[in-house]
Amino acid sequence: MTHNERVWPGDDATRLPYWIYSDPDIYQREMSRIFRGSIWAYAAIEAEIPEPGDFRVTRIGDRSVIVIRDEHGVIRAFVNRCAHRGVKVCRQQRGNTRFFVCPYHQWSYDAQGRLKGVPFIKGVKQLGGMPDDFRREDHGLPALAVAVRNGVVFVSFHESPPPFPEYLGETNLRYFDRVFDGRKLRLLGYSRQLIPGNWKLMFENIKDPYHASLLHVFLVTFGLFRADQKSQVRMDATGMHALLISQRGEAGKSTDTADISNLREDFTLEDPRLLDPVREYSDDATVVMQTIWPNLIVQQQSNTLALRQLQPRGPESFELHWTFFGYEDDDETMTRRRLRQANLMSSAGLVSADDSEVIKLAQDGTREHPEDAGVLLMGGRDTEDVPHMVTEAAIRAFYVRYREVMEL
Amino acid sequence: MSAAIDVATQHELEQLHSRYAALLDDGPLAQWPELFTEECLYLLIPRDNHELDLPLAIMRCESRGMLRDRVRAVEQTVMHEPRYLRHHITNATAVWADGELHGVAHYSVLEVLPDALPRVLSCGRYVDRVVRCDDGRLRYAERRCIYDSVLVPNTIVYPV
Repeated sequence: MTHNERVWPGDDATRLPYWIYSDPDIYQREMSRIFRGSIWAYAAIEAEIPEPGDFRVTRIGDRSVIVIRDEHGVIRAFVNRCAHRGVKVCRQQRGNTRFFVCPYHQWSYDAQGRLKGVPFIKGVKQLGGMPDDFRREDHGLPALAVAVRNGVVFVSFHESPPPFPEYLGETNLRYFDRVFDGRKLRLLGYSRQLIPGNWKLMFENIKDPYHASLLHVFLVTFGLFRADQKSQVRMDATGMHALLISQRGEAGKSTDTADISNLREDFTLEDPRLLDPVREYSDDATVVMQTIWPNLIVQQQSNTLALRQLQPRGPESFELHWTFFGYEDDDETMTRRRLRQANLMSSAGLVSADDSEVIKLAQDGTREHPEDAGVLLMGGRDTEDVPHMVTEAAIRAFYVRYREVMEL
Repeated sequence: MSAAIDVATQHELEQLHSRYAALLDDGPLAQWPELFTEECLYLLIPRDNHELDLPLAIMRCESRGMLRDRVRAVEQTVMHEPRYLRHHITNATAVWADGELHGVAHYSVLEVLPDALPRVLSCGRYVDRVVRCDDGRLRYAERRCIYDSVLVPNTIVYPV
């Protein structure tokens, strides 16, 4: 069945058809309409490529992209594919170079993606060679648009994406600038995991505060995120980006945790240095999870800061690429604190392991019933901002936008 | 200065590695931290971070207490599918230096999930500092698990 025959149940986003997680035609449509649409996709942080010639390879949607700082210090991005025969010109994940040389026929490109060298372009002993009308300037590596905001690099396949601040909207930009406030970032390290589920399940997960206070027993036990805490869910005008904002409460039991059957009241840490959060921003929010369409989650969970990039790998799998960071002016104690709190996050995280496991189970369950649909009614039917976390409004908002962009 | 180890110490070191594997694979997991010193350091590090000299480890336990906390959290709070793990630890070598054993061993961990064929969950090398404790036993003062398999197949629930 193709997407043309797919019919979304109802005219809002309170029902989510399960075919959106496994249909290959839907996936291809997402790659072109969303990931190559009028968007800004997260690619890297400047701290990864501080010097001229420094580059990093990433994936935008399902396409390999090189991000490089050229000899003038300008950050550029282009497709990692030789114009000749489609071979990946760059095999490294990162490095420093003045030229990318395709291994197949040694076509070479400079740090601006321009084709500089074509072996035997004039032939050998007056035999062969390229036709007279062959122009190297017609065969560069296709460039992507680049936007840099306070040390974070976004790229776009689209010719005319909106200005980045406009793309994020006022509220989301303010919270983005809260973490990326212009201070230089310090790269702490990477973590990569291949999650056997559709990429949208990850976004749903981060836009869903309802699950966080139930699934994440570790968070709840230590009062890091809970349904009874002061919190808010906020979206941009389009619904594609969202913020979950929460303040840390007390550990242990309260009247509002009565529904949480597996709260471990008796669990105390033998070495409490694992959770030693300190306030570091001017507001009281201890958790801010920001989802930026279509491929980024900005995470502040206490003092652990990370950019989680979504790299779809077909309809039923995606790489979650974590970049942990702090600030250059962090002292040793703060860096240690961030590194310890990272125990909660990524593929072995005491909290996020719950998510990667449950996403697999969601994929396993929905794959078998593409004709059925899930229910998204917590907190009502609308997509408005709310001052609590017992809601699925941010997921609904995402899918309202998704339906528009996908014409579903 | 470093010095070669004798056959008896090599055997003892390999016994320690085997005990480590058995406790992680067959349990009881609660006894696994006892193979470490009180002030130990246990790190699970993607090879990229190690080579780039980046400090992030995906598991970081800075004491035996933190190892115990990790074990209890895994057993009591983390939601995960049931799984079987099987450690294979080979090529163990070590030298004496500054009164400690500085060792390296290769490892791979096979994982079996309920509905799937076995797969390699993680492979890489252990870089260890092992000390002889007052009770006469060898224990890990430091274990860095540096994994080549940087793209992790979903979730690492148990220590590697």
